[in-house]
Amino acid sequence: MVVTDTWYLVLSALLFTIGFVGLLVRRNPLIMFMCVELMLNAVNITFVTFANALDDVAGRTAVFFVLVVAAAEVVVGLALVVALMRRRPLLSADDLTALRG
Amino acid sequence: MIDVITFLITGAIVLGGGIGVIVLSNPVRAALSLVASFFGVAVLFIMQQAHFLAFVQVVVYAGAIVVLFLFVIMLLGVDRHEDIRAEPLAGQRPAAGLLGLMVLALILGGLFLSGPGGDDGAVALTGTKSRTAPISQLSESDSDITVLAQDLFTRNIVAVQATALLLTIATVGAVVFVRNKGGEDVVIDDPGTARR
Repeated sequence: MVVTDTWYLVLSALLFTIGFVGLLVRRNPLIMFMCVELMLNAVNITFVTFANALDDVAGRTAVFFVLVVAAAEVVVGLALVVALMRRRPLLSADDLTALRG
Repeated sequence: MIDVITFLITGAIVLGGGIGVIVLSNPVRAALSLVASFFGVAVLFIMQQAHFLAFVQVVVYAGAIVVLFLFVIMLLGVDRHEDIRAEPLAGQRPAAGLLGLMVLALILGGLFLSGPGGDDGAVALTGTKSRTAPISQLSESDSDITVLAQDLFTRNIVAVQATALLLTIATVGAVVFVRNKGGEDVVIDDPGTARR
């Protein structure tokens, strides 16, 4: 028995689903960001697996860019959370109704 | 055989960490669970000979990003248990679970059901091999960072510069968001007096 690419892809699909369900279920904006990170990591596993399967470095390059964009996203997202939580502590995502018509 | 054992242990850590993030009620524990998951992903990268990416995974994700999360949790003082047993919106969790199962079925269906079958049950991978630059051309002394750097700084040089710009903008944006102008409270949720 050897570890094939399919194993990695199935693991990645499971991790993506966990992040997806967590994003839908949890209400704390911080936890929701963590779930987004989980989904990004699942996609990274897929990229590396396909890079190896196709013997092509472009997949690994894509992982690199995903990392950079994830870092930028976390910086801006956490700044938003800090700005909002200063205003009202213990914020839940349900309270963000400023754009309701 | 050692591959299989490593994969099973790592997979359990990755998935267990992921489940921990969404079921633990204390945000600090969720963040630490996230660290476990990230380390597991780094081990998976090493198993696929992507050593540089594993290194960056540990430094950037498990290091910088999670520390940023923990810093914000501590700064805001939200490191207490929240009640996650209550379900404010009726039927949200079953609906979310159902949607998650559908997404999983979609991905696995694409993997196992469509196209010509490979030898391990999944779809055989079609496509041009080594379209940009092959990984396997490396000699023993080279690390995987060589070929990655060559691809980054030749074919993707514009994208690299764009990400540099993106990081600068993100930093400036974060400062603008959290800056407190002259001690005034920033009113966000009152449409009458909204200002930035």
